[in-house]
Amino acid sequence: MTSLPKSTQRKMGLVIDLDTCVGCHACVVSCKGWNTENYGAPLSDQQPYGADPSGTFLNRVHSYEVQPLATSTMPHPAAQLIHFPKSCLHCEDAPCVTVCPTGASYKRVEDGIVLVNETDCIGCGLCAWACPYGAREMDAAEGVMKKCTLCVDRIYNENLPEVDRVPACVRTCPAGARHFGDFADPESNVSKLTAERGGMDLMPEQATKPVNKYLPPRLKDQLDQPKPVGEIDVLAPFLAPVIQEPKGFLGWLDKTLEKL
Amino acid sequence: MHPAPSVIVFTTLSGLGFGLLVWLGLGLPAVSGWVAFVFFVIAYALAVGGLMASTFHLGHPERAWKAFSQWRSSWLSREGVCAVAALLVMGVYAAGLVFFDIRLAVVGLIGALLSVATVFTTSMIYAQLKTVPRWKTPLTPALLIAISLAGGALLAGQVSAALVLIPVAGVLQILWWVRGDGAFGQSGTTMATATGLGQIGQVRAFEAPHTGPNYLLRELVFQVGRKHSLKLRGIAFGLGYALPVLLLLAPFTHILAIIAVITHVAGIAASRWLFFAEAEHVVGLYYGKR
Repeated sequence: MTSLPKSTQRKMGLVIDLDTCVGCHACVVSCKGWNTENYGAPLSDQQPYGADPSGTFLNRVHSYEVQPLATSTMPHPAAQLIHFPKSCLHCEDAPCVTVCPTGASYKRVEDGIVLVNETDCIGCGLCAWACPYGAREMDAAEGVMKKCTLCVDRIYNENLPEVDRVPACVRTCPAGARHFGDFADPESNVSKLTAERGGMDLMPEQATKPVNKYLPPRLKDQLDQPKPVGEIDVLAPFLAPVIQEPKGFLGWLDKTLEKL
Repeated sequence: MHPAPSVIVFTTLSGLGFGLLVWLGLGLPAVSGWVAFVFFVIAYALAVGGLMASTFHLGHPERAWKAFSQWRSSWLSREGVCAVAALLVMGVYAAGLVFFDIRLAVVGLIGALLSVATVFTTSMIYAQLKTVPRWKTPLTPALLIAISLAGGALLAGQVSAALVLIPVAGVLQILWWVRGDGAFGQSGTTMATATGLGQIGQVRAFEAPHTGPNYLLRELVFQVGRKHSLKLRGIAFGLGYALPVLLLLAPFTHILAIIAVITHVAGIAASRWLFFAEAEHVVGLYYGKR
């Protein structure tokens, strides 16, 4: 029960592409919608239209400003804005599972999904303390711990069209920033993406061995980046601006206004 | 971390109660009959009262019995098992002393060990958490056990033992504070590792995912009152450790002993409030907070 399985047959999880995420929060909304209407206790809100609104979410999108360090070639690098969706990482060494006193928290042997059996949860909150990622939230109305189920009621649901048998957040993402698959299979889309793009673990020093991987954002073009040295294209000279200074009437107007 | 009053009351009182049970189990003081009855009532009221208080913060207290099942992996479950075992064994020992004037020394010793084990398992609930660097140290169980034994000695009237144990606990308390202040920085967890974006540059929280508070911020990113931490440490140290020692050094009277107990408990409660309020959970980094 609360002991972790030595290994799991599959490692289902998400790849989240920080380069592609546009921070629209559609995954947040679809997650809340699906998981309020389906498996387990609904995700409640407290005073949703009141002065101090608060509620339970299994997926939240942070936004970070990352300021690259100045270099001699790039004295004033522009800051980069990165949207950062965060949900349960379904860790292989999930600390939330082993702390559970009742056995309500468990990691499935067949697919590695970390779940909470809500009828056994006493709402002590220790699993939320043990999770470094803030993936677990206690529902204030139900008094039980809620977390991402990887939409376990969608991915194997034969009543849904096959295209919908992915987590709600993945299905809804308009930017294609979320990918779902089996990390135990080196040929899966998520394994390939992770290998190609250098998928990373969050807080590796916490030794949780997260299954979900994050793809780092690619380098962006900068306004003041140094001019390329040498010719970059044989047609480049012909593409140079032909008129540097206004001539004719505009030239006269420019000079006259300058003198005023 | 949010300093929930129920948890502060629980850890303070039950620690004291189990500390008293340790001394009673060892036959210090050697009491029987009515005097033993009063001692055991005090110890059980503190220990059981604390355990009851701890269920107040549960979402589903009616299912608390299920927490005895996972002792193989969970320190919280082990704590429940140890606490009940200690209370049952000490119940047999107490019945012998109170009703039959028989001291079952072996039973008392087992009960005393189980009582220490209970305090140890409680402390490990906190000391196991990598997510709270201030707690993740062997000093945490050392401190909580020392406080429990010191408070127990105070309640049991073991003046010479208390005069050793309270200063020991006080020294551990200072070591725990000093180590704790640098613990988060030394844990290696930063906004850079939390987001994985440190390769690009300096990471700053630009916009939070939500404009209102949520469970995580209320429970794990409690920041109120940290600015008073130094003053509170002074109060906790003065009341919890220094004053009781001074009162015990004075010629013994019951009034002074009672005052020593009261100031000790007040000081430990203040220290326990800081234990939670000053503890920083790494999840705060995602919000650009500590």
